Amino acid sequence: MTEVSTAKGPASPAGAGTGTSWKSHVREYGLLASLLVIMVFFQITTNGVLLQPVNITNLIQQNSYIVIMALGMLFVIVGGNIDLSVGSIVGFVGAVAAMLMVGFTVPGTEVFIKIHWFPVMLLSLALGAAIGAAQGWFVAYAAIPSFIVTLGGMLVFRGLTGNMLAGQFVGPFADSFQNISKGFIPELVDVGRFHWTSMALGSAIALALFWFDYRKWSHAGAREIEREPAALFFGKNVVFAGLIIGVSYLLASYKGLPVVLVIMGALILFYNFVTTRTVVGRRIYALGGNAQAARLSGIRTQRLSFLTFVNMGALAALAGLIVAARLNSATPSAGNAFELDVIAACFIGGVSASGGAGRVMGVVIGAFFMGVMNNGMSILGIGIFWQQVVKGLVLLAAVYLDVCNKSK
Amino acid sequence: MDAILEMRGISKSFPGVKALKNVNLVVRAGEIHAICGENGAGKSTLMKVLSGVYPYGSYEGDIVYQGEVRRFASIRDSEHLGVIIIHQELALVPLLSIAENIFLGNEPARMGVIDWNETFARTRELLRKVGLNESPNALITNIGVGKQQLVEIAKALAKRVQLLILDEPTASLNETDSAALLDLLLEFKKQGLTCIIISHKLNEIARVADSITILRDGSTVETIDCRTEAISESRIIKSMVGREMSDRYPPRTPRIGDTLFEIRDWRVDHPQHAGREVIKGVNLSVRAGEVVGIAGLMGAGRTELAMSVFGGAYGRNIRGQAFMRGQPVDVSTIQKAVAAGLAYVTEDRKGLGLILNDDIKHNISLVNLPGVAHHGVIDDARETEVAARYRKQLNIRSSSILQKTLNLSGGNQQKVVVSKWLFADPQVLILDEPTRGIDVGAKYEIYTIINDLAASGRGVVVISSEMPELLGVCDRIYVMNEGRFVDEMPAKDASQEKIMAAIMRQYRVSA
Repeated sequence: MTEVSTAKGPASPAGAGTGTSWKSHVREYGLLASLLVIMVFFQITTNGVLLQPVNITNLIQQNSYIVIMALGMLFVIVGGNIDLSVGSIVGFVGAVAAMLMVGFTVPGTEVFIKIHWFPVMLLSLALGAAIGAAQGWFVAYAAIPSFIVTLGGMLVFRGLTGNMLAGQFVGPFADSFQNISKGFIPELVDVGRFHWTSMALGSAIALALFWFDYRKWSHAGAREIEREPAALFFGKNVVFAGLIIGVSYLLASYKGLPVVLVIMGALILFYNFVTTRTVVGRRIYALGGNAQAARLSGIRTQRLSFLTFVNMGALAALAGLIVAARLNSATPSAGNAFELDVIAACFIGGVSASGGAGRVMGVVIGAFFMGVMNNGMSILGIGIFWQQVVKGLVLLAAVYLDVCNKSK
Repeated sequence: MDAILEMRGISKSFPGVKALKNVNLVVRAGEIHAICGENGAGKSTLMKVLSGVYPYGSYEGDIVYQGEVRRFASIRDSEHLGVIIIHQELALVPLLSIAENIFLGNEPARMGVIDWNETFARTRELLRKVGLNESPNALITNIGVGKQQLVEIAKALAKRVQLLILDEPTASLNETDSAALLDLLLEFKKQGLTCIIISHKLNEIARVADSITILRDGSTVETIDCRTEAISESRIIKSMVGREMSDRYPPRTPRIGDTLFEIRDWRVDHPQHAGREVIKGVNLSVRAGEVVGIAGLMGAGRTELAMSVFGGAYGRNIRGQAFMRGQPVDVSTIQKAVAAGLAYVTEDRKGLGLILNDDIKHNISLVNLPGVAHHGVIDDARETEVAARYRKQLNIRSSSILQKTLNLSGGNQQKVVVSKWLFADPQVLILDEPTRGIDVGAKYEIYTIINDLAASGRGVVVISSEMPELLGVCDRIYVMNEGRFVDEMPAKDASQEKIMAAIMRQYRVSA
């Protein structure tokens, strides 16, 4: 390529505003900052109730299933689809799991079935994945718009839930099953009321995350790749680590780290890894960014969309189990309208409605943003209907800000 | 003749870059005025200033139109005075009819109720003027791109156009349609219409233009008056690139080896209309180190052939055999075609080639992600190194490998698509219209890449609607028409006349 004989072209106007890696994270910093702002706001207006250890624990337990489903929804939306059926899957899987754990007689026979909670959990996850596969097949291979397929799924599984439970609550469940939602990690050293194990685990995670991030950042420096300025990098990490350690401290002074937080944290780390580091993650973003180009690049686009729905189904099933464990029963209305909270979390978290863009951390912060608002407004005694009005406006405002930022 | 338009000392800045620097443009009433320049020279920006896309106040300088200084706040203002711009990407609504499109935003209506009789009557009148023989009821999606261009012109006429601006009007047209369009412009000129035409096709400009203004790096280089000065393509190129460009095709010494890839009796049916054969028994072979061209008119089936070979990306009921180095290969899916060593660089780089919203790095690694990954986990350092290597090797002009491909010029976008396929290390590359819509300098670079690929022992198939390009870069040329190869000739014996004759011969036989 030595014989290039063209005048050096002028920088194109559009080329001036190039997206460097750290600038593309600005939105997340903004979101994190807004989360901190509303936390401070509710901390003051609720006279300190918001950040009381018991309330923080509640907040995490109430939001865990939204976060878990939002992780799956991120993949579905990034792949260019939507899943409206997740709330109904929560109800349906919860109902099936409850029937199996509590026990029931097969209609028309004398056969009584009752299964231990652990195999039931595995069966439930498989059931969720199968439901996701069924819907994913229609979306990916039959080319029916996901909005329509999952709208159908939403009605079907809500209806099946109602039929199966026949208006009854099915429960209660074994304590060990309830622990996935209500339990705390065991205390190793028994000294006083403070939960040192939880504190140590939380701090260790904060430091580990900081160390991984620092290693990546300093490598970027060594290889002369663009990276965020030192002040921003350390500032962000100190706030982030401080947040984790602070929350760990609050939790440790109550009952320790909730089991569900550990499950959620592991899933967040796993999916963050999948989106940022793996081949399959990258391909899903390419699929959402330009499905035709991805297909012509040799990517099995149909199979990928299909898999995003299978994954979503399994995560919705997990959420269904957690909800059932939390309520200690399956109810016909469990999971009602959850899909809206999950989708809202994604969009507040900066996922592009047209697919191809969105980050795990954004979605997690988005989910907690909604969670803190729900929680704070409930403490303040604001009616459920006004809460909906506020959440709706916040969703619109967040996306509006995104649009404004992009057109700049 | 008086000037209908004078743009005086126009400067326009974007954050960090000055796109136009004191540009002057004088267009006389009733002439065809061409604007030439490499991509990024500022042609489109200048037209956006003129048409009010960039409103008064966002630029410096004066626009004097029909004797008065104008301050357009929007496109509406400029259209009101008869300045109509037709963009390269046509702004038609595919699922509306010709009549509805022509009067979109300008509907003949009383109290908001459309007068369809008048709409159709005026549409017929306009279609007659532009020489388009279609029903006003025909949907845009059902007529070809050449006819769509005519609908755009009819739409401009409906708005009582005084100054018609055409941005790359023939970029997606075949030679016949291009010639017809240029004739139409000459006809309008006789009737007194003033035209500004932006084009990379210098032969067309030399044919129709009365004056040529040349831009380079956001400044006016010169305005050539074609009535007082004989004009040649090399004269324009010299002015555009700022120096003599003695040869538009890089030299090369072909070293041709054994047959690398071959298809025999390839037949493909239309994807929607079952049983309608689109490709009717094609035999094609490429040797190692050989550059083979496929010439033909738009709609001859060249892209359809290429895409059907590339993993059945087009068509259905695909029949025929494919061989790589004499061994039968399975190319029935894109994955298998890639594994067999095929690569297809699409003619539609924005629609089918790139993830526009993603950066150069991610686009380059996309086909061969396993090549930068261990056990499904991407090695960022390796991916960065690969992208940086191709950016340097193919001279992709960008701020860094993290620049979004959306923000690259056409030529640099094309180099990213080519890089993506080079990293997959194919044996045979099919390049579909590799230089469409890119400037002279970038074209030369693409030709150099083609030469390098052939020199490395790969086989290259080039599909192009520009015959001089095929004659300049290929060793052998197939002529395709209506789904068949109608002739084959060594490039050294070929000429534009021979290629056209081969196409026309078939028409005579079938007629």
